[in-house]
Amino acid sequence: MCLGIPGQIVEITDEARMMALADVSGVKREVSIAPVLTGAIEALIGKWALIHVGFAMALIDEEEAAATLQALHDLGEAQEALEAMAEGQKALRQDGSASEVQA
Amino acid sequence: MKYAEEFRDPKAAKALLARISTLADEIGATKEKPVYIMEICGGHTHAIFRYGLDKLTPEGVEFIHGPGCPVCVLPMARVDECVEIAEKPEVIFTTFGDAMRVPGQKKSLLQAKSEGADIRMVYSPLDALELARRNPDREVVFFGLGFETTTPSTALSIQQAARENLTNFSVFCNHITVPPPIKALLDDPHIRLDGFVGPGHVSMVIGTHPYDFIADEYGKPIVVAGFEPLDLLQSVLMVLEQLRDGRAEVENQYARVVPEHGNPVSLAAIEDVYELRPSFEWRGLGEIDHSGLRIRDTYRAFDAEDKFGIGYAAGVRSVQEPEGCACGAVMTGQLKPTGCPQFGKGCTPEMPLGALMVSSEGACAAYYQYGGARAAEAAE
Repeated sequence: MCLGIPGQIVEITDEARMMALADVSGVKREVSIAPVLTGAIEALIGKWALIHVGFAMALIDEEEAAATLQALHDLGEAQEALEAMAEGQKALRQDGSASEVQA
Repeated sequence: MKYAEEFRDPKAAKALLARISTLADEIGATKEKPVYIMEICGGHTHAIFRYGLDKLTPEGVEFIHGPGCPVCVLPMARVDECVEIAEKPEVIFTTFGDAMRVPGQKKSLLQAKSEGADIRMVYSPLDALELARRNPDREVVFFGLGFETTTPSTALSIQQAARENLTNFSVFCNHITVPPPIKALLDDPHIRLDGFVGPGHVSMVIGTHPYDFIADEYGKPIVVAGFEPLDLLQSVLMVLEQLRDGRAEVENQYARVVPEHGNPVSLAAIEDVYELRPSFEWRGLGEIDHSGLRIRDTYRAFDAEDKFGIGYAAGVRSVQEPEGCACGAVMTGQLKPTGCPQFGKGCTPEMPLGALMVSSEGACAAYYQYGGARAAEAAE
């Protein structure tokens, strides 16, 4: 369960909370970029990161991202991570404030 | 060599395997007198079985599957405590999916959920934080589980909850650390280990220096490795080279992701929020000194142990493993999964008796999942 999944940071969503939107295999998910934030926050847009349980833990290059994704697919871990993200969204919807949740 | 064809670069894999074979001969490793290499991380265990690396490498190289699968080393008592917290009517209990099927003494979290407890699988502690914001009249508890890769996520979430003055969010902290169980295994006179393949993503957080004692004090090689099959083969080769040369060093095969000093933000968050417990219980390994974390007094408001009076704060409660379960012996490399009388009979991934069958990172589940392909291969 220590495996991270590569994602590309596409948009800063909340500068104060250090949150950004990441594209993980086509799924958009809000993640914390606190662990990789060392300079200007905008500089992270377009960068690839290894994302573990919703936190960008290390910046990687695009080639490394592709190779890691392939290895995760072979292990079934990529699908597992994407399903877990979907579960997380479902958990939030369960509480009766469904209208606030973005699909 | 049929597995080798699945590699992204079969040629490179074959070249590495040939070099591993030559080295094994050079150091005199045979089936009767193998070198024992422990891969610490459960992700590596999974990859070794997925690619059949233990079959592709020479018989003189034996993999011992280490304790690096968090749900596999989770004692039953911790699961019971999770259920106890989760069954409180005011609680929304949140957890990673991995922990749902781990058997407790009476039930798993999955069973408790089916009986009506409000238990939700989440992807991230950030999801639990969001649930707390949206449900101010409920107590949202997150099950903090895992090694140093995962610990920063709960530390940063607790810091965020403190900034927002969220009073209905807490973490049931059962985080553990990698180096102490390795030391415990090295101190055990019944266990022989010649070298280690070190965890990749744990090291991305803590860096490579926490393993210095393995080389300096115990004289064993350790190579931090990535998760691709070629990374693993390369790392085994590096361990064997150290053994041939009589060296014992910490080497970093995964430098493209693992910085020597780890991730400073994550380490600072861990240091701010957590402190070491005097000791912590590991399934199969028993109590190990300074191997678990608890929440510091400054963040006491976010400590589920303190809030509900459950867990190590309420005194250690050890629970016997189920009858016939040999997880402990398998975990320490003294028994192969197939040597357990319950393997594939009373214990399967669908109905696990022991924790090693629960997660794809557990040695038993890996044997079970990829065992079919192997039996067919052996019959060829």
